[in-house]
Amino acid sequence: MQRFLQLPGAVVRPGGRGAGAADQEAASPVLAPEGGPPPWYQALQPEELRWLQAPEEDTIPEASLEGPGPEPGQSQSQPLRHDDLKEMLDTNKDSLKLEAMKRIVAMIARGKNASDLFPAVVKNVACKNIEDPNQLIRASALRVLSSIRVPIIVPIMMLAIKEAASDMSPYVRKTAAHAIPKLYSLDSDQKDQLIEVIEKLLADKTTLVAGSVVMAFEEVCPERIDLIHKNYRKLCNLLIDVEEWGQVVIISMLTRYARTQFLSPTQNESLLEENPEKAFYGSEEDEAKGPGSEEATTAALPARKPYVMDPDHRLLLRNTKPLLQSRSAAVVMAVAQLYFHLAPKAEVGVIAKALVRLLRSHSEVQYVVLQNVATMSIKRRGMFEPYLKSFYIRSTDPTQIKILKLEVLTNLANETNIPTVLREFQTYIRSMDKDFVAATIQAIGRCATNIGRVRDTCLNGLVQLLSNRDELVVAESVVVIKKLLQMQPAQHGEIIKHLAKLTDNIQVPMARASILWLIGEYCEHVPKIAPDVLRKMAKSFTAEEDIVKLQVINLAAKLYLTNSKQTKLLTQYVLSLAKYDQNYDIRDRARFTRQLIVPSEQGGALSRHAKKLFLAPKPAPVLESSFKDRDHFQLGSLSHLLNAKATGYQELPDWPEEAPDPSVRNVEVPEWTKCSNREKRKEKEKPFYSDSEGESGPTESADSDPESESASDSKSSSESGSGESSSESDSEDQEEEKGKSSESEQSEEESGKRKMKKRKKVAEGQGEGSSSDEGSDSSSSSSESERTSDTEEEQVEPDSWRKKTPPSSKSAPVAKEISLLDLEDFTPPSVQPVSPPTIVSTSLATDLEGLTLTDSPLVPSLLSPVSGVGRQELLHRVAGEGLAVDYTFSRQPFSGDPHMVSVHIHFSNSSETPIKGLHVGTPKLPPGISIQEFPEIESLAPGESATAVMGINFCDSTQVANFQLCTQTRQFYVSIQPPVGELMAPVFMSENEFKKEQGKLTGMSEITEKLTLPDTCRSDHIVVQKVTTVANLGRVPCGTSDEYRFAGRTLTSGSLVLLTLDARPTGAAQLTVNSEKMVIGTMLVKDVVQALTQ
Amino acid sequence: MIHSLFLINSSGDIFLEKHWKSVVSRSVCDYFFEAQERATEAENVPPVIPTPHHYLLSVYRHKIFFVAVIQTEVPPLFVIEFLHRVVDTFQDYFGVCSEPVIKDNVVVVYEVLEEMLDNGFPLATESNILKELIKPPTILRTVVNTITGSTNVGDQLPTGQLSVVPWRRTGVKYTNNEAYFDVIEEIDAIIDKSGSTITAEIQGVIDACVKLTGMPDLTLSFMNPRLLDDVSFHPCVRFKRWESERILSFIPPDGNFRLLSYHVSAQNLVAIPVYVKHNISFRDSSSLGRFEITVGPKQTMGKTIEGVIVTSQMPKGVLNMSLTPSQGTHTFDPVTKMLSWDVGKINPQKLPSLKGTMSLQAGASKPDENPTINLHFKIQQLAISGVPRSLHSKTF
Repeated sequence: MQRFLQLPGAVVRPGGRGAGAADQEAASPVLAPEGGPPPWYQALQPEELRWLQAPEEDTIPEASLEGPGPEPGQSQSQPLRHDDLKEMLDTNKDSLKLEAMKRIVAMIARGKNASDLFPAVVKNVACKNIEDPNQLIRASALRVLSSIRVPIIVPIMMLAIKEAASDMSPYVRKTAAHAIPKLYSLDSDQKDQLIEVIEKLLADKTTLVAGSVVMAFEEVCPERIDLIHKNYRKLCNLLIDVEEWGQVVIISMLTRYARTQFLSPTQNESLLEENPEKAFYGSEEDEAKGPGSEEATTAALPARKPYVMDPDHRLLLRNTKPLLQSRSAAVVMAVAQLYFHLAPKAEVGVIAKALVRLLRSHSEVQYVVLQNVATMSIKRRGMFEPYLKSFYIRSTDPTQIKILKLEVLTNLANETNIPTVLREFQTYIRSMDKDFVAATIQAIGRCATNIGRVRDTCLNGLVQLLSNRDELVVAESVVVIKKLLQMQPAQHGEIIKHLAKLTDNIQVPMARASILWLIGEYCEHVPKIAPDVLRKMAKSFTAEEDIVKLQVINLAAKLYLTNSKQTKLLTQYVLSLAKYDQNYDIRDRARFTRQLIVPSEQGGALSRHAKKLFLAPKPAPVLESSFKDRDHFQLGSLSHLLNAKATGYQELPDWPEEAPDPSVRNVEVPEWTKCSNREKRKEKEKPFYSDSEGESGPTESADSDPESESASDSKSSSESGSGESSSESDSEDQEEEKGKSSESEQSEEESGKRKMKKRKKVAEGQGEGSSSDEGSDSSSSSSESERTSDTEEEQVEPDSWRKKTPPSSKSAPVAKEISLLDLEDFTPPSVQPVSPPTIVSTSLATDLEGLTLTDSPLVPSLLSPVSGVGRQELLHRVAGEGLAVDYTFSRQPFSGDPHMVSVHIHFSNSSETPIKGLHVGTPKLPPGISIQEFPEIESLAPGESATAVMGINFCDSTQVANFQLCTQTRQFYVSIQPPVGELMAPVFMSENEFKKEQGKLTGMSEITEKLTLPDTCRSDHIVVQKVTTVANLGRVPCGTSDEYRFAGRTLTSGSLVLLTLDARPTGAAQLTVNSEKMVIGTMLVKDVVQALTQ
Repeated sequence: MIHSLFLINSSGDIFLEKHWKSVVSRSVCDYFFEAQERATEAENVPPVIPTPHHYLLSVYRHKIFFVAVIQTEVPPLFVIEFLHRVVDTFQDYFGVCSEPVIKDNVVVVYEVLEEMLDNGFPLATESNILKELIKPPTILRTVVNTITGSTNVGDQLPTGQLSVVPWRRTGVKYTNNEAYFDVIEEIDAIIDKSGSTITAEIQGVIDACVKLTGMPDLTLSFMNPRLLDDVSFHPCVRFKRWESERILSFIPPDGNFRLLSYHVSAQNLVAIPVYVKHNISFRDSSSLGRFEITVGPKQTMGKTIEGVIVTSQMPKGVLNMSLTPSQGTHTFDPVTKMLSWDVGKINPQKLPSLKGTMSLQAGASKPDENPTINLHFKIQQLAISGVPRSLHSKTF
């Protein structure tokens, strides 16, 4: 009763705490000190007071608020409020209506019966306001309606929800989604109808709705996984723009979904051999070619299908990854569990850093995260090993956090790091927090059992602890030592002897008892000492604690059985002492033992078996983590935390044996997306940071949407699902085919080539035919997202961007996979001037870049964002009188001439007047160097940007290419000097080929350099990234983990460039470059070393 | 999702409760009180407590337990994150989040909670939207409300909810456009008794106060972005741009917000700018112990070290301490055995020290180990990591 609120009214009221909901409720808001009006009372408006009070049954707070006077006219205030609220609802003023509704919601939310307000609300709200022109009013009306927990309005609610689900405003649709679980909890018979609504809302393309409807889905019909199929890709693409709470729900649901639809990525880990191309390129054209390519695919299908990651599976992994940087711990955890459950082993590592970051958050967050890390660290120890130090315990940590960290540290301990871990543990033992010390000793015991090498060290350490003054420490140590000794008692006679000696000094009963047990159990290892110990104990028997006495009896019995000659008398003496002990337990035990071991006249059947009873081999206790096997619960879930199934927990299904048909996720292309009149399509809602990931489509950036409230010009984008965007590229391709892009025939031709290429790839792909066309959707949509990656990008009319599409192709078949991967070097990390409207990168190349990204699931090491040489300035806009020119090395084969380095030139006009006739003037070039000019750009309007591609044959040297950029009026002298790494193109070869080639290039052609890798650069991912950033090389698969191999050919002469990096775990590394071109080799070594040691 | 919320003060009184679905009897909190008793210290109360029919998830901040009641499976961090968001919102609204303040503003608290969750699922958690819906109390507004009988409920429609930039309200106008960025870095280090650093990490945040008209689109770049090892962003920051260019590009919320937090793992490079010399000895036989600590600066690059506070949890055997500080004030709580010494500024010429004796429990054995000393200090205008020195430009 202490905690129960002592309101004046509470005295009047019969019942008391728990008397009913109304009582509880009544007391809640009105927490006031006893006697006297509550301090906030004066601040309240009468009106507010009224709605703080509950209706009819709520007499108590009224009394309490208004003093212990007579009951105020309940009957008066009731209709008064109604009139008031009704009046407010009837006005034409939006704000008044809104406020009235809010008040009703507030009442309802506090569990009050609002049924008497029902007619008023329904009349005003359901009928009128639900059709209000203002979307906020409509939404509020629905919220109020759905919060009225009265069964009679179920039909009305259902109608309203249905209506709202097809409302124009996404906010109203969101509210409809919120109303679904409310109705469901009111009347679960409506399930079927509600599922229909959910299905409809799931198809919604706005970020606002996505989170809410998935939440409704999870509450109403989590088993209807089939409803997700069609929306899967869209949800993946929208994810990044959904609000944080929605993200958590969606990610959690998609984890389950993926477990039912895709194959386990860990079933076949040898991924490098797989063809990473798969059906990703099976884009639009493929559909056209449908049957043919499908046949080819099936023909190519081998009897036993090797694992190929479903592109949709990849899409999910890719789109969730950036969310690891969310500020919300819940989102980070959700992504982490998704990766843990779904990602191939090689990729799970990325979550470690984010999880470690969460350890710097509030202690509650730490608690949950550490529980999950503890589970993960059992399965994937390597993942957290680099972060070992982050789990070191701080003296300020709460005990529960300390113990969890200890758990993680123990899980992470291995042969190499155990010395450091043990040193840490040593410090912990001196802590003043005794629970923690006990846990540390346990942890040492576990380390000792897991890591054989340190078992002796640990044992010795623990033995030393036996002299600790703290009882708890000693007791815990003895217990742990006991466990350790049980594992291999034979080898530890010495320790048992040592322990035996300790009996003279150690006074802690628990410890004495444990030692006696040990001696008794292993008396055959200490045959001389044991009887002596018993002698001493017999001497001091009467002074011992009970638990020690029991063990003395135990010891005596065991010795009697093994060595009765020496100990018979002693045993009898002890048993006699015990027989007259004050404690009945001890008396009992003595009697029992005597009967058991001493043969009696009646036959002694028992005593014959006494040895078996007392000295039966006892299994060594298993010291293992309590977090073992917890991962059968979905990580991050409540059930996982509690290690018990919580109500409503959805099991995480096992991976299917056979992948279900992936074509279910294909989305039909709605007719309207094909209409050429793009301007007609306006997205009401534009997810803001579309550029940030996933789902911006070219259409959207092309669409100028005047209604967009977003001030950001470029961020426009879509809620467009993959279906839509794929259709988009569809139509683009049609355009292409019609030859609308009048500008460059070359580009036309090139795109044709590209298509050919794609088709070919599909044919090669291992995947089923069906997955190829489905792959096209997602890949094209993702490609578009990549394309908009430049935030500065501005809106361009579709036609105009088509024009600027540079010719590009993939005409280097040898290097195809790798070059594809490297395409994404488009948005370089270098700092770029933030001058307002600058660049357009809506090139076909960027388009491809996205495709390739999606396409590389099977080469995880190559997946890492390779950032090549950054965008560099060719002409500053001041020097260029408004014309700013940048260039990048696109790392694509240049279409016209395979010996040329393809350079993308980005023009942007920041002057007031159009710039006309942009072309390359007569170049003055060093011998051997040649330039393939880009086609003249006729005109560049103010504020516009364009991209062109030119090829330069640097003749395998880093000489500067000087040339002139001419406009109609001016000439600018510019120069491009390539980094040595850009003078080559990747080659794909096997390990054996690599070794063979390397063998040919020794002696003068081999350049070796030793270096030390800094801590930051020891993971595979980073090393590969750094090397590929510096040089346009392809990774060569490699058997040993510490070696990295890369191969490429110089563009002009085609000489091989082979790079080997042998990195030891210690950080020492050796870099070897084999190449005929010694100059290139030397420079490359220099560049790579610099990049790696930076 | 979240069913109910109880606010419990440190003496175990439920002083506020809010239910989003049906009412859950407050007797459910008994399980919480049980756990609280078992835990002895407030921070050791497990954040998740299962009860037969409900699960209690709690956070402890500002000496208040925020206990959420849930009935079905939900990611615990989801709830915990939300509860922290609630606390942050209260802090944002009322300046401080304490029991008296919450009681004083119970109406606003209810209104805010009502908007934050709908049927247990978060609805509007962005401070900007909330403030549009429910105005934070000011003295003036309270007076006006008392006289005119109006409420804090905003009379404009909350259009922010519809915006694609939910964190920013529309139509912001300032006569003085200004934006401030605070870079706060914390070094978190464990130092062993011999003075060597076991681990040290720099944890930094950039807090911003942006008061700009309209819809500004800001970019912020760093001198040395490579130092940032791990970052997490406010949702307004564009991920992609950061990934590719290491530039922060964002449309800021209006007012105060945390733009990003970062982590610099330069484990060996961190130079701890202070040192502590200690001489603490307990003698076995005597009931007196000697205690002396001195704090001094080290590698501060000429900056003054301010706000130095030394705290230490003394062993149980210490009955009392009689100490004389050369500067500042000190307190020793004989119950919790917590010694706290508020030093203030460190003057390098005259190093602050705290000397004296400890009276120990007679007969008790001497403590095994010297106590741990925690040191808090501030240095203005110094960024250990060298990350900042940023320049920013804006475009409208």
